[in-house]
Amino acid sequence: MPNVPKAPEPAPTRSWYPVVGLSWLIPGGGHFLLKRPGRGGLLAACVVLMFLLGLMMRGAMFQPQTGDILTTIIYCGGFVGDLASGLLYLLSIWLGYAQPDMAGHVHDYGTKFLVAAGLLNVLAMVDAYEIAIGKKD
Amino acid sequence: MPKMNLTHFEASVLFALFSSVVLGVITKRTDAERLRYGLRCFGYFVAALIGLGWLMYLGHG
Repeated sequence: MPNVPKAPEPAPTRSWYPVVGLSWLIPGGGHFLLKRPGRGGLLAACVVLMFLLGLMMRGAMFQPQTGDILTTIIYCGGFVGDLASGLLYLLSIWLGYAQPDMAGHVHDYGTKFLVAAGLLNVLAMVDAYEIAIGKKD
Repeated sequence: MPKMNLTHFEASVLFALFSSVVLGVITKRTDAERLRYGLRCFGYFVAALIGLGWLMYLGHG
């Protein structure tokens, strides 16, 4: 029987549910689970620092509201963005953080930082998902 | 939790910094590529920030 060279085996994959779930709950956690501590640490540091800066600037958390299309997009989208920070969002709500929406550029930046922290965590979740399914090394 | 007061410029640069690090980390394959891409993103953010700042200043009259 001739020696036929074998095709390279695909990278081992694992179930992505716990990875993505942990990534959402603890920023960078999915990368730690996948044994990528460097990437996970950098992503965690960025998301946590951005969220903490948002809190220190007294940004407001969005509550879902409906009405005209713009209100629905802004408030429901903002709520999803806040929620994407996972445990950071849940802890701050459970510990009683309830900043009303106030005028002023610092508060405004704070609100955006809080949402952006969640959106950066979504990017980290997508990255962890792609590593878990073997699409990325 | 201490309260923080930042200028527009400081807040925007911090935003650019964290976003660039995340974009660099998740998009490229090697560390050198990640560093280059992160720095390039940060440069674009700051260039857009300064450009838009001047545009608003000049447009304000």
